[in-house]
Amino acid sequence: MSEQEPEQKTNPQGDVISTAAPVKVEAGKDPHAEAKKQRVVTPEYFFFEAPRERVFITGSEAGKEAVRRANVDFSIAYPITPQSETMQLIGVLYGEGYVKEYYRGEEENGVMSTMAGASRAGVRCFTATAGPGTLRGIEPIASWPGHRLPLVAIFTCRVVNAPLAIQPDNIEITYLLNCGMILFHAENQQDVFDFILKGFLIGEANDVTLPVGIAYDGFFVTHARGYVWMPPKDIKIPPRQAYHGAVPVLDAENPPARLSRDAPVQKSNFMAYNIHNVWQQEVWGATERAKKYINYYMGGLLEAQDTDAEVLLVASGSAAAQSREAVRLLAEQGIRAGIVKIRSLRPFPTRELQQACAKAKLIVIPEYNYVGWLAKEVKSALYGELNPTPLIIGGPRVFGGMSMPVELIVETVLGGLKKVSPTQVPVGAGAKGNGGKKADEMSADDKSKLAHFYQNI
Amino acid sequence: MSLDYVKVSPGFEKYIAKEYRDFVEHGPFGKKVSVSQVGTFKEALEEHPMCAGCAMTLFIRLAIIAFPNPEDTITVGTAGCGRLAISQAMIPFVYGNYGDTNAVASGLKRGLMTRFPDKYKDVVVMAGDGGLADIGFSMMMHSWFRREKFTTIMLDNEVYGNTGGQESGMTTRGAVLKMAPLGKKFDKIDMPQLAKTAGCVYVATVVPNNPRRVESVIKKAVLIAREVGPTYIQAYTSCNIEYAIPTDKVMEDANNVEKDRYQFQEYITDEAKQYLADKWGYSEYKKKEIPGEVKA
Repeated sequence: MSEQEPEQKTNPQGDVISTAAPVKVEAGKDPHAEAKKQRVVTPEYFFFEAPRERVFITGSEAGKEAVRRANVDFSIAYPITPQSETMQLIGVLYGEGYVKEYYRGEEENGVMSTMAGASRAGVRCFTATAGPGTLRGIEPIASWPGHRLPLVAIFTCRVVNAPLAIQPDNIEITYLLNCGMILFHAENQQDVFDFILKGFLIGEANDVTLPVGIAYDGFFVTHARGYVWMPPKDIKIPPRQAYHGAVPVLDAENPPARLSRDAPVQKSNFMAYNIHNVWQQEVWGATERAKKYINYYMGGLLEAQDTDAEVLLVASGSAAAQSREAVRLLAEQGIRAGIVKIRSLRPFPTRELQQACAKAKLIVIPEYNYVGWLAKEVKSALYGELNPTPLIIGGPRVFGGMSMPVELIVETVLGGLKKVSPTQVPVGAGAKGNGGKKADEMSADDKSKLAHFYQNI
Repeated sequence: MSLDYVKVSPGFEKYIAKEYRDFVEHGPFGKKVSVSQVGTFKEALEEHPMCAGCAMTLFIRLAIIAFPNPEDTITVGTAGCGRLAISQAMIPFVYGNYGDTNAVASGLKRGLMTRFPDKYKDVVVMAGDGGLADIGFSMMMHSWFRREKFTTIMLDNEVYGNTGGQESGMTTRGAVLKMAPLGKKFDKIDMPQLAKTAGCVYVATVVPNNPRRVESVIKKAVLIAREVGPTYIQAYTSCNIEYAIPTDKVMEDANNVEKDRYQFQEYITDEAKQYLADKWGYSEYKKKEIPGEVKA
């Protein structure tokens, strides 16, 4: 009997976890043997028919398992917490032959530019970043849609410095909303797995040809474990069809599209404005056309439960998970609440949201960021559309990496039912709204408002 | 792919502009052309919106003639004058973001190698001194450290020409330009030396007033980059507007600058020499047989 190998830490699928090294292969055996055995299956079989097994894995591992089955050619990234674990696991896949090209990039501006180059070459591309990395790479990221590059990028949300913090806070999504890319917000490990795989098919559809961003909250999703149903690892989705895009790839095999063919396009004149105008309309038109594929593969841009209830929680990402628990706690108190989880932030499910909220009297929007980008989106979508107008509370919000106590959502709902919003901040001493009174002259009512506010931030 | 992607579909010939038909019939695709034949074939770059007397345009034109396989070449550029001419060529061109050329080219080249493992697809970066030495510095250096297989050509006019005459890292010390009102306070960046240090296997500096030399270095650089490693060419391509060089003195200026700080330099590794000799028949790099030498 041969000497025993030291035991390796594996996930329930038997893959080595959290290590930079590929699975050890016996001498003389092809390290890519398993990858070579993978069969391409139709998306329909892959998503709707293939047997699935349930595994208990982290979000990073879910990302790895999605990429293993996604027929990815090119995947690079710069290490940044909390994304690095995902991308070093992609390195393991590279060692095993599931990904063709892989290296550690120089920094995010370079990485996102390199992704643009590779995607133009016609190969399937995947990358990841987080927080400060997203902002460092935002110039090339924001130009991907205009260049019509159908790649998939994950954004494992964290605080945008400064002050320095590495904890989850999805403020970076506010910068991604207006680039023209498709943008999903994953709630859990299952979403991570599904959205990555489906993202390739949605973004690469001929009448879409756009990048797909998949945001999820760092640590809560990347590092925590959850159950994921996944098809076996010996099947993968079809490869990218380089010649099926709305804009030709640059491979000197077909006539190229040139964004800057003629000098006038780059100068300030009527033609330049007009061309840019038409191009932007087309990009945003493509996000609208993506809706049918999102509905087909993902079962809708949003997921609504019990929308007959007068109280609705509208949330995305980890806030949706917390909202589910809040719904249960509220039910214990005899308050019926429904939930709307927004899966797709771009395209935004405006009409679907209006329908889902038609009967609501109180809408509460919990978020993991200071600025409340989702509340703004929801309010824009609903403004003037509902009669009678519901009370919409943009909150509660946690930021800087705090987790969101479910009780905070419950409190906000209870306050809302009494028409008190935690974001109705009592104004400070001497301000007009306080009747010109000084802080120590606050009325009993003001003090209780202040107490309510401080309890709820 | 040679001519196939530019060929006119049968029956449509009479609807296609004469310029285009001329390119298909008399262009450089699928042929070997050289700068000495200029005037006898339709060039990939003819019309352009550049200033009168622009030396950069002459250099770009020569460089494109020199591409060993223009039909399988993709150029990558960034903001600056150069891209106004490069984008007019009958060659696919990527114009991305500021200073991103060498990162884009890294992804493009690797992607093409993945899709076409048995074919040469040449990727050539052509960007200005500001685009490469200043804003694109990190991406350029890292592409060299990684030994990416493409050619980088710096169109060095020693100034931000397109932006309106600001000092760049490649400006010479003391030059008074916008944003250097008291004269530039540090030396011109020694990019050829940095290229060698960073792992380029072929480095050359040229001026455009010697077309045959331009052709020679571009050909070598593109061929070597196919299999050996990164290559770098730095060309002095004066800005006659910002440096107020009279149009008829542009070549004279190039001559003077060549003597002053732009002497022809060529660095080539032994591996690259051997590759050119073995694969592309460069006799000057063939190992000379020493009479009477006893072979091991």
